[in-house]
Amino acid sequence: MRNEIKHHLNDSILMAYAAGALPEAFSLMVASHLSLCDTCRAQAESFDALGGEVLESIDGVDIASLRPESFEATLALIAGGPVEKPQPAPMTCSVLPQPLRDYVGGDLDAIRWTPVGMGVKQAILPTSKDASARLLFIPAGTAMPDHGHHGTEITMVLQGAFQDEDDYFARGDVEIADSDMHHTPVADIHEDCICLAVADAPLQFDRLIPKIAQRFLRI
Amino acid sequence: MLWVEHVARIRDHKDTQAFAELFDHFAPRVKGFLMKSGADASLAEECSQDVMAALWNKAHQFDPARASVATWIFTIARNRKIDLLRRQRRPEPEDLTWGPEEEPDQADVLTLQQETEALGAALANLPDAQRELIEKAYFGDLTHSEIAAETGLPLGTIKSRIRLALDRLRHAMK
Ligand SMILES: [Zn+2]
Ligand SMILES: [Zn+2]
Repeated sequence: MRNEIKHHLNDSILMAYAAGALPEAFSLMVASHLSLCDTCRAQAESFDALGGEVLESIDGVDIASLRPESFEATLALIAGGPVEKPQPAPMTCSVLPQPLRDYVGGDLDAIRWTPVGMGVKQAILPTSKDASARLLFIPAGTAMPDHGHHGTEITMVLQGAFQDEDDYFARGDVEIADSDMHHTPVADIHEDCICLAVADAPLQFDRLIPKIAQRFLRI
Repeated sequence: MLWVEHVARIRDHKDTQAFAELFDHFAPRVKGFLMKSGADASLAEECSQDVMAALWNKAHQFDPARASVATWIFTIARNRKIDLLRRQRRPEPEDLTWGPEEEPDQADVLTLQQETEALGAALANLPDAQRELIEKAYFGDLTHSEIAAETGLPLGTIKSRIRLALDRLRHAMK
């Protein structure tokens, strides 16, 4: 049932996720990939374990003394009952992993696409402005013109596949691109390709319209 | 120390004595962690109470074959920190704990705890500069592009242990 994922996230990104240092859009990418990839999930949880040991190793002057009433206050919090929101029921056979469904409000049919030309569509997801996240729809067989990248950009395939000069990317595979990468990806002919793409550089919403053609090419 | 027992006592018997012992050990560390991460004393205090209350409420979700208690508390504290200090959402991967509950194998639990302790010892033995860099990353003093994950720590063994626990969960969910 699991695809063989061949292109993974790197340790720096996984450690930054464990440390809580990623912008929201990148955390969404990591959470989505981990939902599909147990190899990276185990590595991410190893970095959580490192965080646990960093917490455990806090000693001496860095241990903060608590207020005397602290324990009683915590018991009172507990008596007030959990404030947890109810967990959504897990969905099987969905294209979008749970973290993405949380942002979209459902599976594929809930995505509000905006056409950007050549049959390509995008949907920008609401994340904090220090980075951007969007879903891309690329019709089967469509080639993107040769293009470069700005900052760090990560693309993950959710449906279909794409191919560039070096590699083939299928569901769950991530492409990590930085500024010196230049390539021409082509969506696989067999199925329309849907990707999640996140980028360092925040979107300039006021210049969205004139810039849109240039930006969608930067997958 | 096997805090795992304490969490089980909270889960099964709502044992406030076990909770008090966990609290005495971890709450000051969580508060210290949050203050090192930039929270002021009163926010860190409030937040560490939240974290410990969450531990009580989520005791049934803790999987000792996949994480140590310190790891688990760290993840709760980290998420509260992102929420409160950075005011951002923290997307989490799909949960794997919805499958039929299955008591984890004690041998798995023990091995995971031993590997976590070995990781802690390795962290303590790192050269100061390297250890401080890792601490900086976890306290939030480094941006994601400054974090280079060449930790020099034995993460591989713990990773394969966690991987086994994930496989067991996936299997239980089928
Ligand atoms: Zn992976
Ligand atoms: Zn590209």
